[in-house]
Amino acid sequence: MEKPYYIESFSHVNNGGVSVNGTPAFKTLETDFKSVMKAAYKELGLDYPKFFKMDNLSKLGFLAAEVILKDESEKNIAIVFSNRAASLDTDRGYQDSIKDATQYYPSPSVFVYTLANICMGEISIKHKIHSENCFFVMDEFSPETLSSYASQLMDENKAEKVLCGWVDVDNEKYDAFLYVVAKKGTFVHSDAEINRLYKTTHEQ
Amino acid sequence: MSSDLKQELKEKIIEQLNLEDVTAAEIADNDPLFGDGLGLDSIDALELIVMLDKDYGIKLADPKEGRKIFESIATMAAYISANKA
Repeated sequence: MEKPYYIESFSHVNNGGVSVNGTPAFKTLETDFKSVMKAAYKELGLDYPKFFKMDNLSKLGFLAAEVILKDESEKNIAIVFSNRAASLDTDRGYQDSIKDATQYYPSPSVFVYTLANICMGEISIKHKIHSENCFFVMDEFSPETLSSYASQLMDENKAEKVLCGWVDVDNEKYDAFLYVVAKKGTFVHSDAEINRLYKTTHEQ
Repeated sequence: MSSDLKQELKEKIIEQLNLEDVTAAEIADNDPLFGDGLGLDSIDALELIVMLDKDYGIKLADPKEGRKIFESIATMAAYISANKA
């Protein structure tokens, strides 16, 4: 018999807002991504200057994770993320910076973010997480993929909790939905429930 | 040594290394750039090497040279003044 797991907490970052467990935590009228991130950082009281050195995908994932992990003491947390654009948003910027052969100065600080899974690395560094991680690239949010992977990690005692979700940035369009799968929690860890929670703020 | 160059370096470092909430006036010429000073990291060091090449035409053959050159704004300015193309 399959063990029951639960969704302990969840967050959304989209449309200039951040919410935690469905409750708005921050909202701005700013529209460009950089301004939204900066305003959220200040309003939510984050104290992590490295945030401003991150690429857009890492900023988005970091912010969405921070609001649900800030009081978390468990360190054996696996991370399973997904998105559509991988690191394309940053890849494009890097490509633009090196396309002129006469002005060929590749930026090391941009290059290091030309992989989607760096976003998980930033979260792991901040929260001292050393567990399993995986980043799926897919056309659209797929609760089935994430739930089966997270359940397997929990079944095999690879992790006590799993931080899962969708973190996507492409050309100023951004959308993050993260949730923590645990052995106790408020919502049943099922595909239908994950999908319902994902859509919570998308329908507002 | 030109204080204009030191001011220029402070402004470039703040902009290129995305140092949020740091102003040029807050960086003393002899403040350490790494460690307890501005808190720059190894990727920032690589970015400074690129900046020397791109903005001042100075190529560091050995990245280890950076340790001395990037100690502070004062040491950077002195190196650039002595080696600028």
